[in-house]
Amino acid sequence: MTGALEATRRTLVRFDVVERAAHWVSAAMFAVLIVTAIPLYYGSLFGLVLPRIAIEQIHLWTGVALPIPFAVAALGPWGRRLRRDVRRVNEWTRAEISWLASWGRIDIDADKFNPGQKLNAVLVAASSVVLFATGVILKWFDLFPVSWRGGATFVHDLFAWLVVVVILGHVYMALTHREALASMLRGRVSEAWAARRASRWLAEDAGETGSDSRV
Amino acid sequence: MTSEPREGPGTIPVGRRVFLGVVALGAAGVVVGGAIQSGLGRLLGSGLGGLLPGGDHFRIYSLNGVFPTIPNDMYRLEVSGLVDRPTTFTFSDLTAMPSTRLVATFQCVTGWRVPDVAWEGVKLSHLLEVVGAHRDAVAVTFESHDGADTESLTIDQAHLPDVIVAYRMLDAPITTEHGGPVRLYVAPMYGYKSLKWLSAIRVVNAVQPGYWELNGYPVNGWLDGSTGPTNPNPRLT
Repeated sequence: MTGALEATRRTLVRFDVVERAAHWVSAAMFAVLIVTAIPLYYGSLFGLVLPRIAIEQIHLWTGVALPIPFAVAALGPWGRRLRRDVRRVNEWTRAEISWLASWGRIDIDADKFNPGQKLNAVLVAASSVVLFATGVILKWFDLFPVSWRGGATFVHDLFAWLVVVVILGHVYMALTHREALASMLRGRVSEAWAARRASRWLAEDAGETGSDSRV
Repeated sequence: MTSEPREGPGTIPVGRRVFLGVVALGAAGVVVGGAIQSGLGRLLGSGLGGLLPGGDHFRIYSLNGVFPTIPNDMYRLEVSGLVDRPTTFTFSDLTAMPSTRLVATFQCVTGWRVPDVAWEGVKLSHLLEVVGAHRDAVAVTFESHDGADTESLTIDQAHLPDVIVAYRMLDAPITTEHGGPVRLYVAPMYGYKSLKWLSAIRVVNAVQPGYWELNGYPVNGWLDGSTGPTNPNPRLT
């Protein structure tokens, strides 16, 4: 067998089971939050299946629980890979900034995540924090001055739109990049994919992942 | 692929900076967002402003998902309890009475507001006088058409001049989704006190917390500071 052929068959772990679980549980919670937000926001336009108070409670408690999957995944001893990926999302080279500024038109020695993916992760995380905090103000409003409640309504609405746009973009990219999507479903990517899309990660990680069969 | 010269160990924490920037933006929005929103709303007019995400517009609530459609000629308002003359009023009975017009900001307890909403209706105090509400009664309770919502006011609150049984809103008949054809409008209190689809008023001898109060809202929903220092008349709490 030639080395090249072998390379196309070899796979490496992109997301371990902890990361995938955190991703899909959070994704399902986002779906619930967005679906329940629609009748809460456009109460007059939608015939409601459930009483308003039930929809409100589902939205509220799903929102309150939103940080849990990620926190559990990241903070336990099982979260080593997730924590390292968080560091990757944080740390950018100057080349990555240039890549983003050129809308991806220049070539880079790509990290495990390209700068667009990194930005997506950061925006979803930051928006989630803002939505969580403003949601708390809206629910436990009597602890806050009325001008804050007005501001929190404004910010919660605005960031809800922002996060929906970011998530739609994320879903569109996933559906048009099937091997990347498959790695969030089954955990692995081919070495050929990594060589094309994440050369720097391949160089850094190949040795280690070869010995790590845990997916 | 070209190999960019690898940066040294000096990577830049772009992720953290963007994260903190966005969170700071959100926090600033909470503090000044209300002002921005009303500024934008004023700039664009209430029509366009209402379309903005987070713009000044009514968030329409129905407690049970039903918006009862009640034709004016089918509408009835039953006033009973501790009164000399229990009476059922029709829509035209109400519109034939002396009318009061109020223009005020509609403020929801959770923060959204709609500036300069015009209301027209009969003073609740006038209705109470017509039916001969007993002097020693303590409170007035209100019920919506479907029975889903209930509210109450103390008898003194019910006699405030800016508490009306409204049949016009936004200079038009009150729409179904806004609680038409007749709803309560309690100008000095948060929106949840202004019960929609008003169908019954009872004069009673105890304040009975309504639907929203049983779900945690203050019984005395005074604007700005609930029962606190801005209470227009401390005697009324």
